[in-house]
Amino acid sequence: MPKPVKTPVGAQPENPAHLILDGAVAENQWNLLPLDAETEITAANLAPGKVILPLSVWLVLRDELQNRKNEIGVWLDSDETADLIGDDASELPLIAAHFPLFTDGRAFTAGRLLRQRYGFTGELRAVGNFMRDQLTYLTRCGFNAFAFQSEQPLENLLDSLRDFTDSYQSAVDQPLPIYRRRALLG
Amino acid sequence: MYQYDEQDHKLIRERVAQFRGQTERYLAGELSEEQFLPLRLQNGLYIQRLAPMLRIAVPYGLLNSTQVRRLAHITRKYDKGYAHFTTRQNVQLNWPNLEDVPDILAELAEVEMHAVQTSGNCIRNTTTDQFAGVARDELVDPRPYCELIRQWSTFHPEFAFLPRKFKIAVCGAKEDRAAIRAHDIGLQIVKNTQGETGFQVFVGGGLGRTPIIGVAIRDFLPEVHLLSYLEAIVRVYNQLGRRDNKFKARIKILVKALGAEAFARLVETEWEQIRDGADELPPEAIAWSKRFFPQPAYKSFSDSHGEAVLRDQAGSDKAFSRWLERNTFPHRVPGYQAVTLSTKPTGIPPGDVTDRQLEAIADLADEFSFGEVRVTHEQNVVLADVEQERLYELWQAARKHGFATPNIGTLTDMICCPGGDYCSLANAKSIPVAEAIQRRFDDLDYLYDLGDLHLNISGCMNACGHHHIGHIGILGVDKKGEEFYQIQLGGSANEKAALGTVLGPSFSRDEMPDTIGKILDVFVENRQPEELFIDTYNRIGLQPFKERVYAKAS
Ligand code: HEM
Ligand code: SF4
Repeated sequence: MPKPVKTPVGAQPENPAHLILDGAVAENQWNLLPLDAETEITAANLAPGKVILPLSVWLVLRDELQNRKNEIGVWLDSDETADLIGDDASELPLIAAHFPLFTDGRAFTAGRLLRQRYGFTGELRAVGNFMRDQLTYLTRCGFNAFAFQSEQPLENLLDSLRDFTDSYQSAVDQPLPIYRRRALLG
Repeated sequence: MYQYDEQDHKLIRERVAQFRGQTERYLAGELSEEQFLPLRLQNGLYIQRLAPMLRIAVPYGLLNSTQVRRLAHITRKYDKGYAHFTTRQNVQLNWPNLEDVPDILAELAEVEMHAVQTSGNCIRNTTTDQFAGVARDELVDPRPYCELIRQWSTFHPEFAFLPRKFKIAVCGAKEDRAAIRAHDIGLQIVKNTQGETGFQVFVGGGLGRTPIIGVAIRDFLPEVHLLSYLEAIVRVYNQLGRRDNKFKARIKILVKALGAEAFARLVETEWEQIRDGADELPPEAIAWSKRFFPQPAYKSFSDSHGEAVLRDQAGSDKAFSRWLERNTFPHRVPGYQAVTLSTKPTGIPPGDVTDRQLEAIADLADEFSFGEVRVTHEQNVVLADVEQERLYELWQAARKHGFATPNIGTLTDMICCPGGDYCSLANAKSIPVAEAIQRRFDDLDYLYDLGDLHLNISGCMNACGHHHIGHIGILGVDKKGEEFYQIQLGGSANEKAALGTVLGPSFSRDEMPDTIGKILDVFVENRQPEELFIDTYNRIGLQPFKERVYAKAS
C-alpha cells in the first residue's frame, strides 16, 4: 500500500478541559500525549492515569502496558489508517482521530472502519481542528466524543448534533440505506 | 422523474436551515472566511469577480416545468433576470446577494431543488446522457442508477471532505454523450453474455491542468454491487489521494501514480470486504428507482405516418428542414422525436437564458413534452418527447423565443465557460471569442457542409469549457498581462475519447476567427466525401494544420 501524505508538522492535537461526549458536555478524563521526537515515551516514564498515545508509541509499548489496558488509548494522525490498529481496536477503551485541518477528511474513513470493520466499541474521539458543522458527519462515522481544539462554550454546539435527523446512505448510525427502508415500505 | 418523499423534503429543509445558520454566523463574524469557504461551496456558493455565484443542482440534468418556472422567478427576484446552463448540467446565477442565498435555497426546496454539493471537495452532481430513456442506441436507461447514486452520495458522511472535487457520469447508450471518460468515475452500462445488466467502470479521467482520459478498471460490475464498488473507489481515494498539493489531489493523479492495475487491486480488496453489506442494490431497490422514470403516456402512431408529415413540411420549408436535421434526435418510440433547443444564437453567451426564456421553456415543455426538460452538457436544453406531427408547431414557437438556431452539433454550437467576464480565475475572456467565431461562421450552408464539429472554449486551464476534448479546443492564456488564445486539435469526448494536441504558439483575440478559418480550410481541402473533421484530423494529423496556420505570409 502506498504511503499516505503526512500531516503538516506543528499541528498537534490539544487537551481541552471539556469535550462533548455521548451528546452532552463532559470533563476530559484523558491526557493525549502529542508526538514529540525529543522525549521518548517508555512504559516506565509514562504518567499514571488515562493516557492517549500516538499510534507509533502504542505499537511499541502495547505489550508492556497490558496491565494498564483500560487506561491506554491510541490516537491516529491523519496519515495513519485504521488498519494499522486493525482487530486490536476491539480491545481498546478509546481511539482518537486527528484532524490537522477540518478539510482533511481521512479520519471519517478511519472512524467507519474502526467501528464497522475492526469491532471497536469504545470512545471514538475527534481531536484537532474539526468544526461543529461536521458533527453530523462525524457522528454518522462513529464518533461519539468531540474534543474541540480551543475552549469554547460547548453547550451552544450541541444543537449541531441534530442538524439532520435522517440520512440517505448507511453508515455507523444507520444500518440500512434509505432505498432499503423505502423499498421495504413498498 | 424522481419525486421527493417526506424524507427528502425533510433533509433538504434541514440543510437550508443549517446553511441559514452558517451564513448568519459568517455575517456575524463567528465563522472565518476560511471556515465558511467549504461550507458555502458545498452549498454551491462561490465568491466571484463581480458578485457571489450560486450553482444550483440539477440532478442528471432533469427538470420539470414547475422547477423551471421557479428558476425564472428566482432569477427575477434575486438576480438580474437570467441564468446560465453549465457543462455539468447545472444552473448558475451570477449575481445573487450572499444574504439572500438562504432564501433562494428555501424557495428552491419548495420545488424539490437545492444547491447541495454543486461545488467543494465532495461527490458532485452525477451527470448523464441528455437523451436518456429515449435514445435508440440505449441499452438501459441510466437515470434510475443516477438517482440511486444521487441518494448514496448526498451528504455522504465519509466523503464530504475529500482531497478534491469528485465527479461521476453514467452512460447507458452505445454512443457516449455524457463524456464519461472525462470524469473521476465513468460508468458505462453493459450487458454480459447472460443478458444481465452491469457497468464497465472507468476511473481517473478529468480535465483541468492535468487532463487525463479515464481507464477501465473493471469490465463488468453487476448492478447489485454498484454502490459498494463506488464506495470502495472513493474510500481508497479518500485515504490515499494527495492532500499536500491541491493540483495533485484529484483521483486521476493517484491512479496515474499507482498505475491502473495497482489501483484496481486496492479497490477490489476494499470492495471484497463490503460487497455483500448494506449497500447491495437488490432488484427491489432498482425496481423502486425505475418506477420514477416510467415511460410517459405516448400515443401510438404507425411507424411511417409522422415521417411522411415531416417530409412534406420539410420539403416546402427550407428553414424548418434545416432545424429538423440539426436540432432533432431520433426517438425509440415511433411518431416521436427529441428536440434540442439551442441556447447558442450569435451574440448570446452559450448557455445563457433570460427569465422570460425560462418561462417559455417551461411552457413549451408543458405543451409539447410531458412537462419535462433536460439540460445538456453542451449547455443546451432538450425536450425529449415531442410528437413528430407537432414539430413544426414547436419549431415556430421556439423561433419566437430565440431557441431555434439550427446549429446543434455544428461549429457555432460551442461549449464556452464564463471566462474573464465573470470568473476571477480566468486568464482571458472566452465569451467574446465565441461570439467572434459565431459571427464569422454564420453561413448555415457552410456550417452544414462542415458537419459535426465540436469547438470548446475555456478561459483558463481549469478547463470548465472542456477545451481538451473539443475537436477544436481554445484555451485562454495570459502573456505578460495580455490575453492570448492557444488552439488544440483532435480532442474528443465520446467513446473514442482523446485529448487534443496543442497546435503551436497562441494568438491574439483578433486573430482567432481567421485562424479558425484556416484550420477549416485545411479540413475542407483534405477531407474525403462526408468525412468529419475529427476523422480527417485523425487521418492526416496535426502537421498540415500547423503549416497553414503558421505559414509566413508570402
Ligand atoms: C465562474 C465560476 C467557476 C469557477 C471559479 C470554476 C473553477 C474551476 C476550477 C478551479 C476547476 C479545476 C478543477 C481541477 O482541476 O481540479 C474547474 C474545472 C471544471 N469546471 Fe469550473 N469553475 C467555474 C465555472 C464553471 C462553469 C460555468 C462550468 C460549466 C459551464 C464549469 C465546469 C467545469 C468543468 C467541466 C471542469 C473540468 C472538470 C475536470 O477537471 O474534470 N465550471 N472549475
Ligand atoms: S475555465 Fe477558468 S475561466 Fe473558465 S470558468 Fe473555469 S475557472 Fe473560470
